[in-house]
Amino acid sequence: MKKLLLLFSLVFIPFTNVYAGIDEAINNATAPIATFIGKVVFFKVPVFGAQLPLVVLWLVVGAVFFTFYMRFINVRGFKHAIQLVRGDYSDPKSHGEVSHFQALATAVSGTVGIGNIGGVAVAVTVGGAGATFWLIVAGILGMSTKFVECTLGVKYRQEFEDGHVSGGPMYYLRQGFSDRGMAGFGKFMGTFYAVGIFIGALGIGNMFQSNQAYVQLNTVAGGGLDGFGWLIGLILAGVVFSVIIGGIKSIARVTEKIVPFMAIFYCIFAIIVILMNIGSLPQAVSNIFTGAFTGEGVAGGALGAMIIGFQRAVFSNEAGIGSASIAHSAVKTNEPVTEGVVSLLEPFIDTIVICTITALVIGTAQVADPNFANGAQGVAMTSAAFQREFSWFPLPLAFAALLFAFSTMISWSYYGLKGWTYLFGESEKGQTAYKLIFCAFVALGCIVELGPILDISDALVFLICVPNILGLYFLAPIVKREMESYFARIESGEIKKFK
Amino acid sequence: MSNKILVAIDGSEGGKRALGAAVEYAKLTHSSLILSYIIDWSPYSFHTPEELDERQKRRESEIQRAHDSILNPEIEALGDQNLSIETVVRHGKIAEALKNIADEYKATQIYIGKLGESRVRSMIFGSVTAALVQTSLLPVTVVP
Repeated sequence: MKKLLLLFSLVFIPFTNVYAGIDEAINNATAPIATFIGKVVFFKVPVFGAQLPLVVLWLVVGAVFFTFYMRFINVRGFKHAIQLVRGDYSDPKSHGEVSHFQALATAVSGTVGIGNIGGVAVAVTVGGAGATFWLIVAGILGMSTKFVECTLGVKYRQEFEDGHVSGGPMYYLRQGFSDRGMAGFGKFMGTFYAVGIFIGALGIGNMFQSNQAYVQLNTVAGGGLDGFGWLIGLILAGVVFSVIIGGIKSIARVTEKIVPFMAIFYCIFAIIVILMNIGSLPQAVSNIFTGAFTGEGVAGGALGAMIIGFQRAVFSNEAGIGSASIAHSAVKTNEPVTEGVVSLLEPFIDTIVICTITALVIGTAQVADPNFANGAQGVAMTSAAFQREFSWFPLPLAFAALLFAFSTMISWSYYGLKGWTYLFGESEKGQTAYKLIFCAFVALGCIVELGPILDISDALVFLICVPNILGLYFLAPIVKREMESYFARIESGEIKKFK
Repeated sequence: MSNKILVAIDGSEGGKRALGAAVEYAKLTHSSLILSYIIDWSPYSFHTPEELDERQKRRESEIQRAHDSILNPEIEALGDQNLSIETVVRHGKIAEALKNIADEYKATQIYIGKLGESRVRSMIFGSVTAALVQTSLLPVTVVP
């Protein structure tokens, strides 16, 4: 432990000795890389005057296909998902194992992040109010994609002798393709995905989170932290370090417990703010619907709004990325379908409930005062919308944002780790090396500006959707067979209720 | 039909007294005993992904530990009294889990100690013993 601390400080002390101008230097260095990666991943085709990134089309087509192919499992499975989470079908004999509720709660903590607060503001700024409509549609469709990937995650997970499990897209891609006689291709896809989730863990699950946490803290401090990104980054990295390497689980456990309450607290206040602006609500809702189909004032019109909405939805609920499938694989169940059904609730909570509420807070504020945000973006914009009603709100919001960011980072450190161990094996040394890299990126996230960071993490996360969804298409018939058999057995009473 | 007595053991003195009373009764009535230890656990708690990953491993070691350090020593302490004894370790909410075990093993009555937990705890969360007495469909003997 001491050795590690020493190593950690050796890595970071150089940072502290340099003056704040380091921010700028790193920014200048990363911007061109971000532009390049962004251009490759978001290769755009012009459609009716709008620029449609192919990768977004890939995701949407996938989500629509799975919704139809699984015969609207997103709607049909909803009630059953709640029964499963409530434990109606859990055998008391197997108590003590990971429950459906626990797997869902952990996966939700991983997805409910700053995207829900800041990402929505970005969507509304760039795509107009109409983007919200498409965000919700994407959330509903994304439920089907989640179902498929989480079912497969459990089905093809690997159980080790000591009882721990590893699952996720890299395992189902490898095994699934191999079962279909394409072992070589499956191996390649698994490796590609593992590399992607590893790098993605450093972006969306790490730098983006720590960056937004810093921005939020700085806003609350009235800009007093300008140029101190490295310091905040260092502190955050230190806390993450103590949890994932130092094994100080108590910090993580406390956050895991606070995050759900924070989410509820956030929703309650958001609803109060919306109610206080009830006069602006009809106009805000109507803006969402008209904006969705006319795309007034948005580059690319309605299609532009749609693209932005879909893009932000995926960024928030991670459907199609396959990350949640890694978290859900820990569940002990003989029926992989049950975990898929439970995972339906994830995009529902994340995108349909929390993102929509945020969008309405911003929307009603915009109706009442179009310039309420004073040019602020991201989390700061959402914060400004709340501030109109509760002047003290930015402070708890900053705290919530910090916790959301933190729990997302902890979850993603695990996803990235699973990618890493898939590639390099389960050795302790290797895992520590990975965790050190992860901490370094936490600090880095606070140093560089939002622009290039957002571009890099967006791009990398979308990139791993390509192998993942391709795999889902190939394996969908297996999921469908399992799903039909499962629901038939529920119907016939072969699978019993315990409550 | 022979009697089956379910005894709740929690490693405390109260649990030991409950077992003592149950043994006496079993000898008189030629009943068999089911010794059970419940590991307090809720399906609605929150964990990090890493904890979930290790859960299965932990569960098995918790069960093993309950057998090794609580149930087995109690049985050894009893010595050879020519009784038929089974043991069960379960995770869950104590009162509910005991009821489930009683159903499953077709127990005919339950013995439980009175002082299993601290006073503050039972003031806040209610007493496990009281909950069991209130909800059980079987005769419950509370041993002081």
